[in-house]
Amino acid sequence: MKYSESIRDAQAVMMRQDKRVFVCGLGVPAPGEVFGSTRGLKEEFGDQRVFDTPASENGTLGVLLGASLQGMRPIMVNQRVDFFLLALDQLINHASKWKYMFAGRQEMSVLIRLIVGRGWGQGPQHSQSMHALFAHIPGLKVAAPATPYDAKGMIISALQEGGPVVMIEHRRLYDEAQDVPEGVYRVAFGQARVALEGKDVTLVASSHMVSEAKKAVRLLGLKGISAELIDLRSLRPLDVQTVYSSVKKTGHLVLVEGDWKPCSVSGEIIASLAEKDPGIFKSAPLRVMWPDMPAPTSAPLEEAFYPSVKDIGDACFKVLGRPGSVSEEESQEKVKFSGPF
Amino acid sequence: MPNDIFYDTHMKNKPTSYGRMPGIPDGKDLKRKLLRGMLRLRLIEERLSAIYHQADEIKTPMHLYTGQEAVAVGVCAALRPSDTVSPYHRSHGWYIAKGGDLNAMMAELMGKEAGCSGGWGGSMHLLDTAAGVMGSSSILAATVPHAVGAALAFQMKGEDRVAVAPAGDAAIEEGVFHESLNWASFKKLPVIFVCENNLYSTTTPLSARQPRVDIYKRAEAYGMPGHRCDGNDVGGVYAKAVEAVHRARRKEGPSLIEVMTYRWREHVGPHYDWDAGYRTKQEVEEWMEHCPIRALAAEFPAQEVQLLRDEFEKEIDESLAFARQAAFPRKETIKESIRV
Repeated sequence: MKYSESIRDAQAVMMRQDKRVFVCGLGVPAPGEVFGSTRGLKEEFGDQRVFDTPASENGTLGVLLGASLQGMRPIMVNQRVDFFLLALDQLINHASKWKYMFAGRQEMSVLIRLIVGRGWGQGPQHSQSMHALFAHIPGLKVAAPATPYDAKGMIISALQEGGPVVMIEHRRLYDEAQDVPEGVYRVAFGQARVALEGKDVTLVASSHMVSEAKKAVRLLGLKGISAELIDLRSLRPLDVQTVYSSVKKTGHLVLVEGDWKPCSVSGEIIASLAEKDPGIFKSAPLRVMWPDMPAPTSAPLEEAFYPSVKDIGDACFKVLGRPGSVSEEESQEKVKFSGPF
Repeated sequence: MPNDIFYDTHMKNKPTSYGRMPGIPDGKDLKRKLLRGMLRLRLIEERLSAIYHQADEIKTPMHLYTGQEAVAVGVCAALRPSDTVSPYHRSHGWYIAKGGDLNAMMAELMGKEAGCSGGWGGSMHLLDTAAGVMGSSSILAATVPHAVGAALAFQMKGEDRVAVAPAGDAAIEEGVFHESLNWASFKKLPVIFVCENNLYSTTTPLSARQPRVDIYKRAEAYGMPGHRCDGNDVGGVYAKAVEAVHRARRKEGPSLIEVMTYRWREHVGPHYDWDAGYRTKQEVEEWMEHCPIRALAAEFPAQEVQLLRDEFEKEIDESLAFARQAAFPRKETIKESIRV
C-alpha cells in the first residue's frame, strides 16, 4: 500500500468505526482528491462527512474546533503546510491551550493534515515543513511519519486519543509503498523507531529525510561504516531516550532534518542529550539541514538548496573523523516525482 | 464627538419607552425576567468593581460589562438551556446571562480550584458546559468560528439547537469574523452573530477603525439578515433575538444582530475613565442617563426592585464567601498536567 493510500485507508477505517469522524478541507472531494489521500471517501461516506470548505484556513479550523467541543472528531486537510499558517491563531492560541485554560474540563480534538511540497519548483511558499514551529507548542501532538505503516497508525492514534494533532506529510513519500495491515492498529506518539541497526554512528531523521538517510546508510555500508538510523516519527512528544540509547552505543551523532537549523528539532535533540549526559559524545554532533534561507525555485538553485544523500554520508565520515566520502554518482537521487504538484 | 455618525444615529433612534414590545405576549413576566437578569448582572459587576483592588484577591485582568447588560440578557432570554454561547474576553455578562454558576465564576476570578475553569483560565476564560457556555477566549473574534462549529455539529447530528457568537465592534475587523459569516451562511447553519457595538476598541473609537458602513448592513453581503437594535432597550434586543432564533430553528440559516451599546467603565479594570482623554464625560453621562436597567426598573414598584436588590446582594455575599474559603490549586498540578 502506498503512503497516500494508507492515509486514505486510515481515514476510511475510522469513519466506518466512529460516526464522529469527518474529513474536510479545500479540495478534499475535488478532482485529484488531495493527491489520492481522500480518494473515494465522499462516495462511501457522503457529502455530509466528506466535504469541501471555503478558503478560510483560520475560520475553518475554528469551526472544526467548535464542532469538536460538541463531540465531533474532525480531520482538516491542507494541500500545503504553508497555507495552514493562516490558521495559527486557532492552532496556537486555541486548540493547543484549550485543555489547559479549562483545567482539562474540555479539550479540542482535531487532526490537521499538512502536506509538504519539495522539488519541481515549489518555491519558498510551497515547500516549508515547519516541523519545529509546531513542535515548539505545548498542548499539541506533532507527527511526521516516514512510512505508510506509521502514517496509518498515527492517524488512528490521533483520532482515538483526541486532542489537537498536527500531522506533517511529505509529498515525496506519497508513492512509497509497503505492506500495511488492514483494520485498526495504533502507532503511539512519542516513540521513535530504530529503522536500521548499526554500531558506528547514529543517524536521526524524520519524515522524508528517513528515506534519504536510508540511502546514505546503504552507501556508508559499502564503505565499511555501520550506521544506525532512528526515525523519530513523532516530534512532540519527542523521544529523546531512544536517540540517547543509540548515541550511548555509537558515540557519534548526525541529524538529518528537512528544516532550518535555528531552533530546530535537531537542535533540541542535541541540547537534550547535552543536558542529560554530555559525556556520551565522542565527537561533536553534525546537522544536515537546509541553508538558512527560504527555498528557491529555479531547478539548479533548488538542487543546491536541498542537502543530498552524499551530504548525509559525508557528515557521517566527518563525525567519525575518517577520511573519505560517499561517491557522487551513487548518491544521485532518482527522482520519480514530477510536477506540477 | 469621535463617533458622530454611529453615535448620533443611535441616539436619535433611541426609543423613549419600554412599554412597547410588539409580538411578545407575556409582556410583564418577560420584563420581570429581563429586569432580574440585568439587575443581577449589574450588581455582580458593581461588587467586583468595589473589591477588585481592595484586597488584591482577584488577580486577573477583568473586562467589566457594566452598561451592556441588555445585550447578553436580551439575547440569552431568547435561548434554551441546550443552546450554546461562545463568549469573548468581556465574558462575565454572557456567562451569567446564559446561566453560568456564580460561585464557580467568583472562585475562578480568585484563581481557585473550585473555579469554573479550575483556576487555569481567569476572567477571560470562563466555561460552563452545563449552561451552554462553551469557553471564552481573549483573542478578538476567535470564538466566533467556534459558535459556527457548534452549529455545524448541531446540523450534522440533527439536533434542534442554536449557537450564539458574540463579538465586539472591533472583532468584526478581524478576518475570521468574515470567514465565519461566509461559512455559516454557505452551510445555512443555526448560528446567531451578535455584534456588541460599544463604539470603542480599548480606547480607539470606531471612526478611527472603520469606514462609515453600518455593521448590520454587512450581513446582507453574506446573504443573511442583519438587524440593528438599541442596546438600552432590552425588550428590543430580545425581540430581535427571538426572530433570529426562530429563523435558525427553521433551518433557514444565520442572522447578524448589531446592538448599539456602551461600556461605562474602562476597557479593563474597575474604574470610570472619562478623564483618560479618549471620550468625554458628557458622552458617558448621556449613555448612563439611558441606563437599560433604570428605565425598565421604573416600570416596577420601588419596593419590588429593592427586594430584588437585597436578594442579589445576599447571593453575591455568599458567592464571594464561597470563593474566599475555596482552596487554590495545588502547585504540583503544573508538573502533572504539562505533558500531552
